[in-house]
Amino acid sequence: MTRLVRRRYLALKIDCEGLFEARAVSDAVWGAVLRLFGEVGAGQAGLYLIRCDDKTRLAVLRCWHKALPMVRASIASITKIGNTPAAVHVLRVSGTLKALARKTTSV
Amino acid sequence: MKFVDLHLCLPIGDAERAERLIAKSAELGYSRIGVPLPPSVKEETVKPLRQISTELGLDFVTRLDLNPRSSGDLLVCLRKFRRSFEVVSVTCNSKAVARHAARDRRVDLLCFPSVEPRKRFFDRAEAQLASESSAALEVNVAQILSSIEAKSNVAFLSRLRREVAIAKSFDVPVVFSSGTSELLFLRKPQDCAALALLFDVESSFALEALSTNPTAIIERNRARQSLDYAAPGVRIVKEARKP
Repeated sequence: MTRLVRRRYLALKIDCEGLFEARAVSDAVWGAVLRLFGEVGAGQAGLYLIRCDDKTRLAVLRCWHKALPMVRASIASITKIGNTPAAVHVLRVSGTLKALARKTTSV
Repeated sequence: MKFVDLHLCLPIGDAERAERLIAKSAELGYSRIGVPLPPSVKEETVKPLRQISTELGLDFVTRLDLNPRSSGDLLVCLRKFRRSFEVVSVTCNSKAVARHAARDRRVDLLCFPSVEPRKRFFDRAEAQLASESSAALEVNVAQILSSIEAKSNVAFLSRLRREVAIAKSFDVPVVFSSGTSELLFLRKPQDCAALALLFDVESSFALEALSTNPTAIIERNRARQSLDYAAPGVRIVKEARKP
């Protein structure tokens, strides 16, 4: 059975000078989407931060596949996490978490 | 696809920071970097930067950023420095300079530093001149990121959308480059292409602006600077024997 809404999983690499919390990363992504595409855009993105590890500086984010270009643009526009200067790079994009894990370990 | 960052501002006096910036560019997936250098730069200053880039698998491209006050000033600078650099960019701070730069065949990139729409001079007339002289429009990603950060992005993005649309309609090549000396303002080529969505540019066009267009500029200028170059389309194959 196919899902009504297809999803995309993004592996993110966070470049940041200090430590950060998962909540701050989630807020930064939500803030960027809201700032650039407004509440309607944020509502259509289906964002959810699945995991975030401050040791490896990797995070996994889920969004709806139609909103992927919008989410990628928003992620690229992030310059701060909390009050700390930061950059977020998209490492890989995949349709399943399993494939994302496989692709990310092969990088 | 080989990606080019034609505007990576390296701090010339700070070797350690310059090395970190070059390493970051290589890590992000670029294969060529264009580094703006002062006009009077000496070869011994450039050599270590070139060496670091080569060790990291990057092609080092020398670039000159001209910031002329008048069109006469621009002419003098071009005559003096054009042959010493692989890429020449002109920062257009006035309409007269912008028009002159767009008309001159020696200029590769037209750069508009102001975020204020009234101080950006890339209109249809400018595009017409640029299309005849093969100058390209440069869009700096750092400028977009700063404008978003400063929350002054609405007018700027609207203006950028118009400029890119004009460039497209006149077949003026567009080049996306980072334009920064900050590590955290560097983005992957795919992320820069994603940012182009903000001014209605499709992904394929944005990727061309990060690879094909800058590569064409570098190759053209390197061919011009080679010893066997005579004129556009004419190369010296063999020298005739003296009778």
